[in-house]
Amino acid sequence: MLRIENLTVAYGGIEALKGITLEVPEGNIVTLIGANGAGKSTTLRSIMGLVKSRSGKVMYQGEEITGMKTSEIVAKGITLVPEGRRVFPNLSVVENLMIGAYLRTDREEIQKDIQWVYDLFPRLRERSWQMAGTLSGGEQQMLAVGRALMSRPKIMMMDEPSLGLAPLVVKHIFSIIKEIRDRGVTILLIEQNANVALHIADWGYVLETGNIVLSGKGRELLENEEVKSAYLGKKKEKAK
Amino acid sequence: MSSTTLQHLANGVSLGSLYALVAIGYTMVYGILRMINFAHGDIFMMAAYFAFFGIATFRVPWPFAFIGVILATALLGMLVERSAYRPLRDAPKNSILISAIGVSFLLENLANYLFSGKPKAFPEITFFANTVVIGGVSIQVITFFIPAVTMIILAILLYIINRTKLGMAMRAVSKDYETAMVMGIDINKVIAATFAIGSGLAAMGAIMWGIKYPQVQPMMGVMPGLKCFIAAVIGGIGNIKGAVIGGFILGLGEILLVAKLSSLTGYRDAFAFILLILILIFRPTGILGEKTTEKV
Ligand SMILES: Nc1ncnc2c1ncn2[C@@H]1O[C@H](COP(=O)(O)OP(=O)(O)OP(=O)(O)O)[C@@H](O)[C@H]1O
Ligand SMILES: [Mg+2]
Repeated sequence: MLRIENLTVAYGGIEALKGITLEVPEGNIVTLIGANGAGKSTTLRSIMGLVKSRSGKVMYQGEEITGMKTSEIVAKGITLVPEGRRVFPNLSVVENLMIGAYLRTDREEIQKDIQWVYDLFPRLRERSWQMAGTLSGGEQQMLAVGRALMSRPKIMMMDEPSLGLAPLVVKHIFSIIKEIRDRGVTILLIEQNANVALHIADWGYVLETGNIVLSGKGRELLENEEVKSAYLGKKKEKAK
Repeated sequence: MSSTTLQHLANGVSLGSLYALVAIGYTMVYGILRMINFAHGDIFMMAAYFAFFGIATFRVPWPFAFIGVILATALLGMLVERSAYRPLRDAPKNSILISAIGVSFLLENLANYLFSGKPKAFPEITFFANTVVIGGVSIQVITFFIPAVTMIILAILLYIINRTKLGMAMRAVSKDYETAMVMGIDINKVIAATFAIGSGLAAMGAIMWGIKYPQVQPMMGVMPGLKCFIAAVIGGIGNIKGAVIGGFILGLGEILLVAKLSSLTGYRDAFAFILLILILIFRPTGILGEKTTEKV
């Protein structure tokens, strides 16, 4: 469904992505894991057309979308839950959801989808008129996911949704991710929390300083020695 | 209340409304671009010329002339943004400020060159010059007209910002360009719309200014521009209601100062600056300003 071929991105003179290739098949959860500064967010931002790539292609449903305007890319059914949630603090919860549907014009369906998001995250319904800036971190993450869903995406990209959240909230968000996938939305999930991500992913890629160094089925990567020591190390120590 | 006090109040409210209309433009642009549009006062001046030519030279009936002036000024504002600010959007903040100062000089000199520096008399419009007598004081129609129009405009503007899709997009863009783009918002269009609205309001201010103080010249935008910027800061820059409150404080304060302490009449313009200094010392965020750390 989404294919990145040999993508290179540079900020100033420094290459953040050094020619990565990856594929996200329809209906899958694909995860991209890597340490700080590996280039994970850069990958998503260049798919969204927020940063220009130096070379390489982004293909979506057989069509090249490299260099398109962000609004055109959104209109095609790609959406992003940004790193650090980035809800609009000066908009209410319900306005944040409505702005997620910015390019849609089907008012009645938008209202239905708002109710659907509220069913997924009942906490948001209670806080419908609250300013998003006053929500807790977990609630903001729920809102960021809900807002992305409001565009009725075919593929949803998520940048570290577990960042800074309590384990219970992470569990909740990840169960919602699976539910969204079961409704037919393809997911590209970026995580530093490799353990959780690889558990739900159909396929995983490991990104290291701008290069993809490993890839495989989620479960296989969990067993991989390199992955274990580099990304799951903490977890093992804790288990001891 | 004595009849002269009533007269002063009416004048103060009407001057305050004029300041408010122009101050809104500063505050809206600041809200979305985090920059002071130093050319705003000169856009106001250009609008006064447009009105002068429309009515005096081309003899367009005033209601149509006014609509034309507002549209033309909105276009001018969009043109300035497109050519002088948009190319610098990712540049350091100082570049865009310097560009604004450049546009300001450009417009002033252009007006001087095209229209000559000699002041022109703004045509008198009988409808506005008529006076009505209330409680023993005769007051010109324009003195009522200005605050009435300002209130209507303000209500429409707040409706647009708080209740429409465009307004929601403006609020979103003012906080976070990149995330707004991810929502599918074309931020160039939203910013252009902001300039169009701000400049259109400045045009309304300029027209009414011309009716009240019937003289048009290339530097006429400088002092009102500065004062309205101060009004926006007093109210809390970035906040529309704040700009209106700031405008009224300045307008009423100025008129009452001149009326009640006539020995200080010469300090009329200094009043605004003294107020600015006081507000910057005691409440730097302005009356309704939000406390943010990221403001530049
Ligand atoms: N706007 C920018 N200007 C210059 N360099 C940048 C910019 N954004 C990112 N970089 C650099 O590009 C590299 C990759 O950054 P990126 O944000 O993609 O990393 P990441 O994998 O998402 O890291 P994290 O897990 O910390 O979010 C880093 O070295 C970073 O410093
Ligand atoms: Mg990142």
